[in-house]
Amino acid sequence: MAIDVLMPALSPTMEEGTLARWLKKEGDEISSGDVIAEIETDKATMEVEAVDEGTLAKILVPEGTENVKVNAVIARLAEEGESVDDIDDAPATGDGEKASKAQTEAKNAPESEGDGDESDDASAEEVASAPPQPDEDSLTDPDVPEGTNFVDTSVRDALRDAMAEEMRRDETVFVMGEEVAEYQGAYKVTRELLQEFGDKRVVDTPITEHGFAGLGVGAAFGGLKPVVEFMTFNFAMQAIDQIINSAAKTLYMSGGQMGCPIVFRGPNGAASRVAAQHSQDYSSWYAHVPGLKVVAPYDAADAKGLLKAAIRDPNPVVFLEHELLYGESFPVPDIEDYVLPIGKARVRRPGTDVTLVAHSRMVGFALQAAEKLAEDGIEAEVIDLRSLRPLDTATVIESVKKTNRIVTCEEGWRFMGVGAEICATVVNEAFDYLDAPPTRVHQKDVPLPYAANLEAMSLPGTADIIKAAKQVCYVK
Amino acid sequence: MAKTPSKSKTSKSPPKLKRDEALKYYRDMLLIRRFEERAGQLYGMGKIAGFCHLYIGQEAVVTGMQACLKEGDQIVTGYRDHGHMLACDMDPKGVMAELTGRKDGYSKGKGGSMHMFSREKNFFGGHGIVGAQVPIGTGLGFSNKYRGTDNICVTYFGDGAANQGQVYESFNMASLWDLPVVYVIENNQYAMGTSVARASAETELFKRGISFEIEGEEVDGMDVYAVKAAGEKAVKYARSGKGPYILEMKTYRYRGHSMSDPAKYRKREEVDDIRTHHDPIDGLKGRILEQEIATEEELKDLDKEIKELVKDAADFSLDSPEPDPEELWTDVLREVESA
Repeated sequence: MAIDVLMPALSPTMEEGTLARWLKKEGDEISSGDVIAEIETDKATMEVEAVDEGTLAKILVPEGTENVKVNAVIARLAEEGESVDDIDDAPATGDGEKASKAQTEAKNAPESEGDGDESDDASAEEVASAPPQPDEDSLTDPDVPEGTNFVDTSVRDALRDAMAEEMRRDETVFVMGEEVAEYQGAYKVTRELLQEFGDKRVVDTPITEHGFAGLGVGAAFGGLKPVVEFMTFNFAMQAIDQIINSAAKTLYMSGGQMGCPIVFRGPNGAASRVAAQHSQDYSSWYAHVPGLKVVAPYDAADAKGLLKAAIRDPNPVVFLEHELLYGESFPVPDIEDYVLPIGKARVRRPGTDVTLVAHSRMVGFALQAAEKLAEDGIEAEVIDLRSLRPLDTATVIESVKKTNRIVTCEEGWRFMGVGAEICATVVNEAFDYLDAPPTRVHQKDVPLPYAANLEAMSLPGTADIIKAAKQVCYVK
Repeated sequence: MAKTPSKSKTSKSPPKLKRDEALKYYRDMLLIRRFEERAGQLYGMGKIAGFCHLYIGQEAVVTGMQACLKEGDQIVTGYRDHGHMLACDMDPKGVMAELTGRKDGYSKGKGGSMHMFSREKNFFGGHGIVGAQVPIGTGLGFSNKYRGTDNICVTYFGDGAANQGQVYESFNMASLWDLPVVYVIENNQYAMGTSVARASAETELFKRGISFEIEGEEVDGMDVYAVKAAGEKAVKYARSGKGPYILEMKTYRYRGHSMSDPAKYRKREEVDDIRTHHDPIDGLKGRILEQEIATEEELKDLDKEIKELVKDAADFSLDSPEPDPEELWTDVLREVESA
């Protein structure tokens, strides 16, 4: 049977082109890979290579022909043993047009290969517009039995304990990063891990964020559970390609084959007087990305319980700590294996008049603000998000339905920020409950300055939250 | 031990080819060639979309390297990855169906040409960002060492990726920690449209490991036996715990960088010269016939078999349905196992 040679597309958007030149003539023997013709579009000239072999029996589109449709039959090959004379030279447009039309349809409507029934399309759309909902009820904090001893622990030590416990539990867990081993951690979060676990599992890296973040991803693909410490998340920008393109997206792009159980952790946000390049909140950056989980705890118990959960999680987790909280102590329940669910907010203070939503260090300011507001008769409910992706919007919405007012508090910039996402969700899901426009507390829209007075002006704090809360309560 | 990069010290074709081996390499390379030609055709017909980078001309590299590996060794590469997958014995049907974006593709149609994986065959992608696979391959090597296996990871990248920073960050750590990684630089002379000479201050890429004390070697990447000989040496080195090794494969891609590249940055004579005088498949075929390892007739039968295989893959890839709409939401995250 004769083999049709079709007008190829140079790109998915090409619809027609000029058949500029034939490099073979009728009667020539053709092998796979031979260049047989040149085609041109307004953008480029390309060679047409033969895929099949045989004898070029008929040229159906002469060279110099313009506006040849993609998939039009431009020549026919006679297969081995077939006579060239038997090849018909039916109009070149017949099959080609059909093919070309089919192709256009294929491009316009990624239909199923089946009957393309409209009702099917509708249900497909329904499915496509509704992501599966997580089972909220399954996310509950573990019971802390009555009489449990609480131990005052710094956030720094709680994080350390979490890593040590998980390393004892699972041989494949290891910690790597700059100064994590011999120096005992730039902020001493990995203190004494080297002594207990040795240099195979507590790995000092060169200053090479892009490299060790990517190496960690490879190790996770290879069956290990890396905890990659960034000295601060500011330096993780060097590595963000590996975090997002390699760690977050590969499970999806592999159709579920390539899980990447890795934790990227370190201090995030403002430190003290270190200026703009060392003081940035990346909450909204990472929370933007499907395929990542993003956790930002406030107190020591959450730091411990959530880091343990992050290390066990089969997905890449960005774990945002806060340098200015490392030294603060909080009671941590003395329970064996205290693991918290990722994706569940914690109501830190119940209230009836306004909802304050915060994460990381801003939770402390929100709690202080709530105390002050109470002195003025305003009972604020403080929600500690703990996790930014997944985001526990249910807890926020439930609160707003009660208080009818919301103030979001974040250390990062307002523009396209965490508060923006929460406010949009509240407007969508609790519009009729709102008695005031949702309001945001955030860093000023400037790189963080060095000078003490300017730095203080730039960062959000308790006073800003009180002001915003009074504003939404219409109280002066 | 002094580590000095060297140019093709490894001897070329052995005097007498073994029949099974020679025919296997011939078959494997031919499969890649025919597969890629068919992929190019399907692209031209609008059945494959997006970016599609063909491996035609470079077949000897993956075929020769694969012959050096054992069970459990990992392979990772960039986006010109079809040849690597076929060399890893991944099913041509599944690869082609991924190219056409169908549910039976290796990534259920969600990855496409540049992002395909097979856990089963230890093929770790298929990575779309130039150079991103190099730290990943280094990490796979790290995991082998950590777990105490003697497996190695072959990490492929091109002459273009050889100028990316993370490659050197990886070299440094791999050498510092003696990680079992063989870095294979597929130098096909052009990073998209920019020749090596226009992009690289040091064009002898096998020397790129000098500052990291990594031994490197230049190899004729158009000769499957030269590749295999160099590969065996490098793999043995890495497997023995001595650390990483660099092989620069001098090779050539016949087609443009991607399907929409008219390749005007080089002369047709250059391509024709390589095709005529250095083609890896024709070269091996010539040797097979010359040494009377197989007859012209036998090779023809092999050609036919491959052709059928590729045709079946193409038909399969067009018959396979598009992914179910439900698949839009799957594989974003893995379920957390309850404690």
